[in-house]
Amino acid sequence: MPDPRMISAGDAILEATDLAMAADPSVFLMGEGVADPKGIFGTTMGLAEKYGRERVIECPIAENGWTGIAVGAALCGRRPIVIHQRVEFALLAMEQLANNAAKLHYISNGRHTVPLVVRLIVGRGWGQGPEHSQSLESLFAYIPGLKVALPSTAADAKGMLLAAVADDNPVIFVEHRWMHYAVGAVPEGYVPAALDGPRRLVEGADVTIVASSYTTLEAMQAVEVLALNGVTADLIDLRLARPLDTRPILASVRRTGRLVAVDLGWRTLGPAAEIVAQVAEHCHGDLRAPPRRLGLGDHPTPSSRSLAQTYYPRSVEIAMAAGLAVGLPAERLLAVTEELERRRSSVPFDKPHPAFRGPF
Amino acid sequence: MTVLAAPPPATADWLLGLYRAMLRIRLIEEEIAARYGEEKMRCPVHLSVGQEAAAVGVCAALRPGDKAFSTHRCHGHYLAMGGSLKAMLAELYGRAAGCCGGRGGSMHLFDEAVGLMASVPIVGSNLPLAGGAALAIRQTGGDNVAVAFLGDGAVEEGVWHEVANFAAVHRLPLVVVLENNLYSVYTNLADRQPARPLTELALPYRLLALQADGNDVLASHGVMAEAVAHARGGAGPVLVVLDTYRWREHCGPNYDNDIGYRSVAEFEAWRGRCPVLRFGADLRRRGLLDDQADQAMAAQTAGEIADALAFADAAPFPDPSTAAEGVYA
Repeated sequence: MPDPRMISAGDAILEATDLAMAADPSVFLMGEGVADPKGIFGTTMGLAEKYGRERVIECPIAENGWTGIAVGAALCGRRPIVIHQRVEFALLAMEQLANNAAKLHYISNGRHTVPLVVRLIVGRGWGQGPEHSQSLESLFAYIPGLKVALPSTAADAKGMLLAAVADDNPVIFVEHRWMHYAVGAVPEGYVPAALDGPRRLVEGADVTIVASSYTTLEAMQAVEVLALNGVTADLIDLRLARPLDTRPILASVRRTGRLVAVDLGWRTLGPAAEIVAQVAEHCHGDLRAPPRRLGLGDHPTPSSRSLAQTYYPRSVEIAMAAGLAVGLPAERLLAVTEELERRRSSVPFDKPHPAFRGPF
Repeated sequence: MTVLAAPPPATADWLLGLYRAMLRIRLIEEEIAARYGEEKMRCPVHLSVGQEAAAVGVCAALRPGDKAFSTHRCHGHYLAMGGSLKAMLAELYGRAAGCCGGRGGSMHLFDEAVGLMASVPIVGSNLPLAGGAALAIRQTGGDNVAVAFLGDGAVEEGVWHEVANFAAVHRLPLVVVLENNLYSVYTNLADRQPARPLTELALPYRLLALQADGNDVLASHGVMAEAVAHARGGAGPVLVVLDTYRWREHCGPNYDNDIGYRSVAEFEAWRGRCPVLRFGADLRRRGLLDDQADQAMAAQTAGEIADALAFADAAPFPDPSTAAEGVYA
């Protein structure tokens, strides 16, 4: 059997977009930079040349205007993919997304559909600071009618994007910038992955870890080293924050009795808070330790690498939370965290780790 | 799809059709106002009494395949496009037979079969949707147009500039109909915008701009026909400004000239230019209408309204257990 083809998630997104455009002439791209020489971090590179500027529409700096134009086009049967290079830019388009994209199907009693994909890119590192590195998936996931996808692997980046384009609902497709570097086995050709979630990536017995997008890659590292020290974790990749199906998480917690939920964004009022709440409601008698949440502290992302050092939960903190939940003796917990620190130490914390190369 | 074909030269039937459509909207909205106190229509209503000529004149210039997007003040547009009266009133009554199945209310009237794709109550929010419909028309071919109805407040929103700019760059077949009724809720245009013709809003984007008396149905139709021909021909988007006046309160069934934001004299001056009476007088001068025919038309419409009200009142409510359905396709 030949080795699986290994590509990065960024390349997988480009490939999925190309395949979707080739398969369906109603698919088109809109955004600021989609046809420029950098092509949205390479994820739209070459598409304007291949499909023409009528299908790869370079946009003026008018996010609510052109996002709403995409909503209107989708309402009329087109399948637009719009791209905001930073999540923050999409805040200007929130009116169209929250009012029109999310509600036209419901208001019309099912007669309208809005088959729209909104790619949002979350920045991190290199001092990008308060308004270029926010994880705002909770804002979108709060709104019924939107789907919110959080791929964490190269295979899902391709498969879930193909599924999002084929879906008849507006899909917010959250891409962590560092997830773009995740390399993994990706099937060739038009192979959509189900737009659902969550999914178990690793099976274990001692603790349930729920993560999403880039935090899943950090959690994967934690799970590997925990296993070397006798702790097996059920690692669950959220994939979809809305609609949120917590049943696989609840089933896992009933088995393990312990939960660590990791958010990409702020710890307060995020998906992890909702997951912990549902676990408390439905699994109270099964819990053997208090559920733990990890996420960003309640302040904006500081630019200085000095101020940002402890902002992001890393594999070390995830492993620490899991180890404490299972009552791992101090010396073994130390062995876990030292090994993870050792693995991470060769790369500055504000750059993506080269170890985040699958296969996952 | 529209109730009115627009064949130049104007035939007697076509002219009478315009009049009938305006009279019908007037009588329907007056009946809504009269019955609102029954508290069976339990949703906000934004009546367009006084603005019928703009709705009817504009929609008479459209044809099948054109796609219009209205606002919170959508009753007149919905009816002028040919939307079902029964489905409209059932929606106001909150019934399953409503055009939105009771999920939208009076601010979300739509009937995609007649080309009214959606009504959106956030000021300016319908404009990008119309821009998107124009883009879809461009992408799929044909010479249809998309139409956005705006009030004078909508051009204060950033999205006006965003969509006008985009539509101009891409020469989209988009006609923006700005019904200037002088007030955003209780605030006069002069308190919100600099003194200048609203058509000058088109200048930065090099749109064709046309203006007419929005209380004159033939004038409204005339500029809209010109705008639509321009957009259909691929010459780019158009701004049509129609000056008109809202008779009743911003939201609700009453007159509110007593609360101090506008003068009775101003209101009376505009009521003196009633679009329905003016066109009725015009048709009488042309020998096309007399009192008997006018009364017969009103009686026929009153019968239709009574039937539709009875239908809406008797129609079942949607099943409460379905409230969570239809969030996703």
